[in-house]
Amino acid sequence: MATLEIHDLHVTVEADNATKEILKGVDLTVKQGETHAIMGPNGSGKSTLAYSLAGHPKYTITGGTVTLDGEDVLEMSVDERARAGLFLAMQYPVEVPGVSVSNFLRTSATAIRGEAPKLRLWVKEVKEAMQRLNMDPAFAERNVNEGFSGGEKKRHEILQLELLKPKIAILDETDSGLDVDALRVVSEGVNRVRESGEVGTLLITHYTRILRYIKPDHVHVFANGRIAESGGAELADQLEAEGYDKYVKGGASA
Amino acid sequence: MAEAQNIPVGSTTAGQIAVAAESTVATRMSAPPSFDVADFPVPHGREEEWRFTPLERLRGLHDGTAVATGDGVKVDIDAPEGVTVETVGRDDARLGRATPVDRVAAQAYSAFEKAGVVTVPKETVLTEPIRIAVHGAGGVAYGHQVIELGAFAEAVVVIDHTGDAVLAANVDYVLGDGAKLTVVSVQDWDDKAVHVGQHNALIGRDATFKSFVVTFGGDLVRLHPRVAYAGPGGEAELFGLYFTDAGQHQEHRLLVDHNTPHCKSNVAYKGALQGDGAHAVWIGDVLIEAAAEGTDTYEMNRNLVLTDGARVDSVPNLEIETGEIVGAGHASATGRFDDEQLFYLMARGIPADEARRLVVRGFFAELVQQIRVPDIQERLLARIDEELEASV
Repeated sequence: MATLEIHDLHVTVEADNATKEILKGVDLTVKQGETHAIMGPNGSGKSTLAYSLAGHPKYTITGGTVTLDGEDVLEMSVDERARAGLFLAMQYPVEVPGVSVSNFLRTSATAIRGEAPKLRLWVKEVKEAMQRLNMDPAFAERNVNEGFSGGEKKRHEILQLELLKPKIAILDETDSGLDVDALRVVSEGVNRVRESGEVGTLLITHYTRILRYIKPDHVHVFANGRIAESGGAELADQLEAEGYDKYVKGGASA
Repeated sequence: MAEAQNIPVGSTTAGQIAVAAESTVATRMSAPPSFDVADFPVPHGREEEWRFTPLERLRGLHDGTAVATGDGVKVDIDAPEGVTVETVGRDDARLGRATPVDRVAAQAYSAFEKAGVVTVPKETVLTEPIRIAVHGAGGVAYGHQVIELGAFAEAVVVIDHTGDAVLAANVDYVLGDGAKLTVVSVQDWDDKAVHVGQHNALIGRDATFKSFVVTFGGDLVRLHPRVAYAGPGGEAELFGLYFTDAGQHQEHRLLVDHNTPHCKSNVAYKGALQGDGAHAVWIGDVLIEAAAEGTDTYEMNRNLVLTDGARVDSVPNLEIETGEIVGAGHASATGRFDDEQLFYLMARGIPADEARRLVVRGFFAELVQQIRVPDIQERLLARIDEELEASV
């Protein structure tokens, strides 16, 4: 069973000619089949955690370990991490001019699966996945994220999630900027993947709204670069009622 | 008059649409067209038509100091049966049907000794391409080539430039009524080559001209494809593809002169740039003269900047002297492939070199697919991959 283990992770970033520590000792274990929600105020380091796990070059790991089934993730390049089974659904997916969605998806699936999917089956697979996400077939011929609306970008991320079937999926604020209908469609997509029981999900969000659609097994409050509190789904209800105030203050005085 | 600009990466230029009583395309040239090099002053670099070109790298083509060496280029022509291939003297009546518009084009016309004339007789439809191999042997050369199709003839011509040379050569494409000519001109020069030329297409009534200008190599390549129509119903499709590397200057200056009613033109040039000092220039002039009612034209230039240190100057310029047209439009945009795009693709399991290839191949795909000469198509894709490998 796939397990992502994060231990005492410290991460810095260069900003304004200074080195700033963003993650200050994160401990978290995500197992296949589990869903963890990471919630926290802006600037707490949630997205830094997501991008550090994916290997974005902007972030420097200064301490700690990350392993996937015992393999050292931090030693892997960005593409190796993806092929090992990590998937990051991005908050702000990037436009890639000149590359069609269909070409991109097929190239990616070929890289992740280690062989090119059989064309006929693949076309059917993509078509069905797009239908489930209420995506127009014409979408496949557009350039990756170019001119996509906010909702289209997020659907496209979840489409990749469904097709690439990672071991560990990190969803970075997938709910941000979505209206209720789009949120429902996207959440249903995430739930289909979760129901397979083969993915561990790390759901990063600022709001509790998405948790009405995607029920977490564990909720972690992220504040000041580390996990300040962990609990079950009831912790989200508490956050909904009380907000992040006590963690922000606690973080500032710590 | 169009004001050229260096387009910041990621921006889009709206370009210029001028409604002019008198053509500024013609008047902004520093001298009127002429066959005689002496009619053009030696450019100093501030003229509209020379201001992007590094004159010191023309190796004397612009100031009369480049003397033909006799071993400049070797031209081999391989033509299918039915095609006439001739080498003719300067006084042949079929030469000089388009007038040089700048000093180097006039220098080429004034200095060549023998010209090539390839003729496809009327109603002859070729199934195999005519191949013209121009191989540089390291010297200085001036040339002139005419390719003429009789009425309703159909042909594909591949002009393939390789090796090292300092070459100024003009090419005239003359299309009879209803003729169909596709030309692929490949500039696959060695690193030091300098190549300047004016390519004139004269399109007969209801004739179709399709041109691919593919520029990879050379230290400096400056081509001037021009189109004019001899009768109504003519169509021109001008496609270009360039891959500009560190230190290379590749300049494509187009003019489509809609001088005749009911003609069409479509221009699409795409370039990728990488490395320090890579400089691509694209000038797209389209002129719709007062008589050219029913004109339908569109021109587009796209650039993909792969690294820092590259520069693009892209200047679309459309002049309209009659409102009685079907359509006229233009677009220019320069974007870049950056670390965030690379991260995004790699985060989906795609290795870095493949990610870059995916982007560049995708960028060029629509043009490459239209070149229906399989060996040229394959070579282009292979060259694109080579260029990319050199950059990693």
